[in-house]
Order: sequence, then C-alpha cells, then structure tokens
Amino acid sequence: MVQMLKVKILENKQVLPDFFRMVLAAPMVAKEAVPGQFLMINTSDTLDPFLKRPISVNRIDQEKGTISLIYQIVGKGTRLLTKKNAGEEIQIIGPLGKGFCWSEQDKTIVLVGGGCGIAPLVALAEALVQTGKEVFVLLGSQCKEKLLGEDEFKELGCTVMVATDDGSYGRRGFVTELLDELSQKKRIDQVYCCGPLPMTKAVVQITKKAFIPCQISLEERMGCGIGACIGCVTKVRREDGTIDYKKVCHDGPVFTSSEVVFDD
Amino acid sequence: MINLSVEIAGIKFKNPVMVASGCYGFGREFSNFYDLNLLGAIMVKGLTLEPRIGNPPPRIAETPAGMLNSVGLQNPGVEGFIKNELPWLKQYDVPVIANINGHSYEEFAEITDRLAGVSGISALEVNISCPNVKNGGMFFGTDPVMAGEVVKRVRAKTDLPLIVKLSPNVTDIAEIAKAVEAAGADAVSLINTVLAMAIDIKTRRPALSNVVGGLSGPAVKPLAVRMVWQVAQAVSVPIIGMGGIAKAEDAIEFFLAGANAVAIGAANLSNPMVAVEVIDGLKMWLEQEKIEDIQHLVGGVII
Repeated sequence: MVQMLKVKILENKQVLPDFFRMVLAAPMVAKEAVPGQFLMINTSDTLDPFLKRPISVNRIDQEKGTISLIYQIVGKGTRLLTKKNAGEEIQIIGPLGKGFCWSEQDKTIVLVGGGCGIAPLVALAEALVQTGKEVFVLLGSQCKEKLLGEDEFKELGCTVMVATDDGSYGRRGFVTELLDELSQKKRIDQVYCCGPLPMTKAVVQITKKAFIPCQISLEERMGCGIGACIGCVTKVRREDGTIDYKKVCHDGPVFTSSEVVFDD
Repeated sequence: MINLSVEIAGIKFKNPVMVASGCYGFGREFSNFYDLNLLGAIMVKGLTLEPRIGNPPPRIAETPAGMLNSVGLQNPGVEGFIKNELPWLKQYDVPVIANINGHSYEEFAEITDRLAGVSGISALEVNISCPNVKNGGMFFGTDPVMAGEVVKRVRAKTDLPLIVKLSPNVTDIAEIAKAVEAAGADAVSLINTVLAMAIDIKTRRPALSNVVGGLSGPAVKPLAVRMVWQVAQAVSVPIIGMGGIAKAEDAIEFFLAGANAVAIGAANLSNPMVAVEVIDGLKMWLEQEKIEDIQHLVGGVII
C-alpha cells in the first residue's frame, strides 16, 4: 500500500560529481517496492519548494529494510536534499507507480541505461539475476567521471558494456550502437531502458526493428506523484488507434514501448 | 463542544473544509491515505460534455511557493463520470459537488441537463474560470453579462444548488459576483487559478507547452484573501474561499475575510494528508481560542 511516512536517513553521500546516494530505513517500503517504482521525497519543511520530488528506487534490501536512491542535482529541491544528514528524518510517499515486469520464459535480457536513468536498472538487474537470467547491461555516459553503477552491475554478475560521448571509457559513441550490435549477435528476449529521451527513442526504434519486446521508464515533470493532478502525462495510442494521455506517475513510469507515441 | 458544521445553499456539511476541483481527481488516490468521510465535501475534477484528453506535456511547472498547471480539463466526460466515478464516490457519506464546464451557453445547459436527475450529486460548481481551455472557460467569467447568462441557463435546467466558481483574472471580481448572484447563484467559490507564465532561461522556451497556465499554491493566498473580502462586501450568498490554503491558519484568514467554507487545492498535491490536517488544526485552534462555532469567525476581520 502507498503510504506517507517519516523515515530515517542512514546515508546521504556524494557518489559522482552531480550524484548523491541516499539510503533510507524504510522496512515497509522495502517490503513492497519493485524495481522501476519511485518515491516522492520532501526536500524542505517550508512551502518553497512547494512540491515533493520524484526519485526512482536504486536498490531494495528487504532483509535490512532499506531503500537506496540515487539522485542527480538538477535544481533547488535536489540541492536542498544534499544538505540532509544521516540520522535526520525525511518525509516520503511510496512506493509509487508501475515498475518493470518480467516473465519466467525470458532467458537473455538487455538493460540500456543513460545518465541518472541507470539508477533504477540496478534494482532490476538484481531481481533478474536472482531469477537466473543472463543479463547484459549497456551503459551510456558523457564521460568516465559521470558513469553510474558499473561496479554494482558487475558485482551482480552482469556483463557490462559502456559507451561514452568523449571516448574516455569504453566505446566512443552512443550506447544505442552497442545495443544494435548485440541484437545482431545474440537472441535477446527482452530489453529494458531508462535514460534521456533521445536515447530511449533510439532504443525503441532498434528493438522494434529487431522484434524484441521493450519496456521503457519515462520521466516527466510531476505534481503529486500519486495520480491526482494529471500533470505528468505521456502520449499513448489506445487499442482502437486513438490518442490519449496516460499518467507517468500512476500508469508508468514503466511503459511497454509499443504503447508510447513519441513526437518529433 | 466545537461546531464545525455549516449549511450552504441548503446542504449540510459536517465541516467547512472541502477539496477543490482539479486537485483531487475523483478522490480515489486520496482514499489510500485517509477516510474520505472526514471531508466537508469533494469538488470533483472539472467535467465536460465529451471526454477531453487535455493539453500536451509539460503541464506542470513549479514556481516559488506554488505551481503552474495547464492540464486543460482532461476528464472522462460527464457520462464517464456518472458511470465510473460517481458510483465509487457514493460509498462515502460526503457531499459530491460536480464541477461543470462548457464552450458555449448551450453546452453548459446540456451538461447540467445530463447531471440534473442523477443521484449522488449534492450541488453543481459552475466553472466560468478555467484558464487552460480555449474558447470558453475563463472567457465567461470575465464579463458580468456573460457570467450571468451562463448561470441563468444552468439555473433553468436544475434545482440543484449552484456554486459559481469565479476567476481572479478580472479587474473587479465583486461586479462578477453580483452578476451571478442576481442570475440565481446559491453560492460563489473563489479563486480559480491566476493566469501566469514561467520561462526556462536555458532553453528560452515557456515552462508549459500551453505557454501560459494557472498559478496556484501558497503564492496566491494573499490575492485570494483580498478577493474573498471584496466579494463578501458585495454579495449576500455564501462564499467558499480557496487559494493557497496549506494549513489551518490559512483557512482562518479566509473565514475572517468572509468565507463560510474553504476548499483546499494545490496543497493536496504536495501533501496528500493536508485536508485532514486542516480540519484537525481548525478544531484545535477554535478550542484554544474558546470559539464554539466556526461560523462566529466569518467576516470577523477588524478594520
């Protein structure tokens, strides 16, 4: 069940130049959360910033009762979040949204992540590895210094490949090139993608051409995070072919790629 | 014993705290957080005759102590509401107020006709103030003659109490309030959102795809209090005050300005528990101040 709770911060540390990791003691949330879901986080007890911030779940540890989040500093709210100390309490709502889903038959899985979109794929990789699937992880980043999560994926036993814009690490170029190549070499049962919109669009194109099912996690500016304000919508095609807007916070953030309509 | 109950347009509300249209969907999302029976009333998401898919994203932009929205009345249409949302709402013992919208006088009349005989609706809130739809909405609420005409057309179609939701995007809100009172409004609610704009200086583009949108949240509260006070001087029908209420003290300002009841809008989005917190906070405040009936506060501002 979705709850609004005050939970204790166990850790709030910088992990990369613009990224922080926050670990929360939240046993109830850890028990229910699935990879791809998110929390709404209160960044301030004042009225400014007014709205909570949506942050995706990075790791779920049911045994310890903890939830790990990775957030990027993008504005006033996330900057305030970096000032919180371990031991303090913070108000959250969650777990929210529809996460990734997988089927037993799928054997070979590819995760494609870029920027802070890599964060939720770690929890997904962990769950997939536990069910015995072979997991390839393709990561995109501007440069080596801004690459998230590589070690975590390796520790989980995933095969990791990296592309950087400046060639400072791995392949110079786009992560989508790695996907294109891999899809020609290997039979892939399912692709999961989370990252910047241009990357997501390219992944959707490649998987469509190769007839690989693909789930994408989308980002949109949110008001409430619980489905009430209808602020964070994305364009979808209904079964009858007509256009509709679905709520990213409630109907997503994970969507089947074929459902979403991308404007150029 | 503190009395929080209030009667407006013949409807008894167990307390004077309602949830405002457009910030509460049809209530389902909030039922995860508390028992909706605690509320004074639910003003549902704005309804139109036909379903509307609304405006393209981005529809939301945060601004200092507030937010802009340009949702554009995305809603399942009046039939979808009657079929899929109202039966669910009926399980609660809370007055449901249907917020109605139209592009023309005829559309206002038709949607009223459709809702008139339906059980489970306590009142209509006639929205002549939505800033996010073209050809209609706020257009009707900025001219006293047109505002009065909408109310007359709606009045002719139903005996349900009519609450007319006023726009703040006018020079003289009291004039509009007087016109709708004369046309048969049983109460007025105010304010709707304030027409506003924000620009992303990096991309040099408007923060909203609709370019402009409605500002709500704590930032608009002083403006709303002023307008409630002005309207209270001008009309004798009850007033439902809203605009930036996020805690009990905010609501008390509205009562002092002349509101008989209040509604909570944007704060529901930042804190889903806010309505219950305001109801509890009002009780505590009245106990502390030794005021027995919340209606004793109405219009109590000392000038």
